[in-house]
Amino acid sequence: MARVLLNVPRSAARGQVIEIRALIQHEMETGYRPGANGEVLPRDIIRHFVCRYGDEVIFQAALYPAIAANPFLSFTTVATETGTLTFHWSGDNGFAQTETRSITVT
Amino acid sequence: MKRFARREGMATLLAITLARPAAGARPALSDAIHAHAGEREIREGRVTLDIPPLVENGNTVPLSVTVDSPMTETDFVRSIAVFNERNPQPNVITVQIGPRAGRAQVATRIRLATSQRLVAVAEMSDGSLWSGSAEVIVTLAACVEG
Repeated sequence: MARVLLNVPRSAARGQVIEIRALIQHEMETGYRPGANGEVLPRDIIRHFVCRYGDEVIFQAALYPAIAANPFLSFTTVATETGTLTFHWSGDNGFAQTETRSITVT
Repeated sequence: MKRFARREGMATLLAITLARPAAGARPALSDAIHAHAGEREIREGRVTLDIPPLVENGNTVPLSVTVDSPMTETDFVRSIAVFNERNPQPNVITVQIGPRAGRAQVATRIRLATSQRLVAVAEMSDGSLWSGSAEVIVTLAACVEG
């Protein structure tokens, strides 16, 4: 399991725009870089990220090798209801990781 | 005769050198944007790229894209795509957002192989496309060559 840093407010007022920041530990090997033996290292990146608020997808991103190692994403959403935010990363070599955070909306 | 053969050999060598694409086989920036947008017209404006103009380390460059949109149920940003001019691949990131985003703002960290131009294209809920661009100077490139 890769280490994940998620910055989600624990509580928010209804209708408030909240900022979500997500960072995951990953090499994001581009597939253009030679390794120690001089041969080009095969590509190994996270290709897709999706964030759900309850059941609804609120943010999706397709990532390419131009994204820096340990991909960081920051985006916003409107706090609508108390519930769970689900974060899912997927990529090369069967990489898949899911994290959840709950939010209380008053 | 011998001299002629050598000259011919030189010509072949030159032809091989010229036939090799200069910066690797990648589609040009305009082609990549065209592939994303299709036949639709892209207007300039409403999209702002926030990136340092002078970057010391191309391995991790903070990039933030903001689109001027009210982000209501009827008028919102559907997607934002970022393209580069001189990395080995033209795509940087493509995000899909919606009216639930509240603000049309996305930030990430990217790699830049060299000094170049970045273009962001935003698709609005009415199907119109808007673009913004930024020039970046990179002093230490992302390790593409090693």
